[in-house]
Amino acid sequence: MDWQRIWPPLLGGLMIGAASASLLALTAKTAGISGILEGILTREKGELGWKAAFVLGLLAGGVGLAFLLPENLAREALRPLPMMIVAGLLVGFGTRLGGGCTSGHGVCGIGRLSLRSILGTVTFIAAGALTVVVARLVEGS
Amino acid sequence: MRKNIAAFFCGLLFAAGLGVSGMTLPTRVVGFLDFFGGWDYSLMFVMGGAIAVYLPVWYAMKCRKSVLAGNLPCSARKDTDARLFIGASIFGIGWGLAGICPGPGIVLLGRPSVETAAFVAAMLAGMLVHRALPRKQIAAATG
Repeated sequence: MDWQRIWPPLLGGLMIGAASASLLALTAKTAGISGILEGILTREKGELGWKAAFVLGLLAGGVGLAFLLPENLAREALRPLPMMIVAGLLVGFGTRLGGGCTSGHGVCGIGRLSLRSILGTVTFIAAGALTVVVARLVEGS
Repeated sequence: MRKNIAAFFCGLLFAAGLGVSGMTLPTRVVGFLDFFGGWDYSLMFVMGGAIAVYLPVWYAMKCRKSVLAGNLPCSARKDTDARLFIGASIFGIGWGLAGICPGPGIVLLGRPSVETAAFVAAMLAGMLVHRALPRKQIAAATG
């Protein structure tokens, strides 16, 4: 294994875990980002404050990264604009129908050894992998 | 108020972790999903590292009182339904196309392009579409 390639994802993962675990221990809340975004969109009663604060933190982090680590914030998209819009719709709709995304199911759910989240995570990784294969066949590269 | 301040700093740390990890680089994400091509296994350590921190905290804290707010839940959800599998599949297709999931999408707004901003706007629209669907109809369609 190539340590040079592994340590940034591992460090980043530990930070994400620390952020999610801190939110749990401090506020009893789950750091599931799709659910947090939906709560803001629908002005969820009693939950709006902390959800908005969390997303403000994410945005502030994004601005900070733009200065400190701009090479890690990709500007170039993988696909043309119409396809990016389709992808966004699928991600938004699918995460809410499935009740979670990479953070809610993949980290917090698996971190609780929730069968629901383990199956959800296996499903979205498998669907993503299949999509990558199909896209390559269609695009013929 | 203290709860919101805590949530802000958790969001900030979460974003920093996403940036350091490489999850905000769609080419890397798609490389991770490319099991049948030149699989880039390194992003496995993002989820692995995060779970390694979260899991012991969950087991130590569940059912107890949180520091600033209410009690933690006592158990995780075990139920599965068609909605979970259909929703996760739809999410996975979008994730495989763009290489961006919800958290990195928001963080990428710190250095946006038209395409990533449009992705995020569409993602929020997709959430509202789900919300607008009649609950009963979804329940009937997905068992």
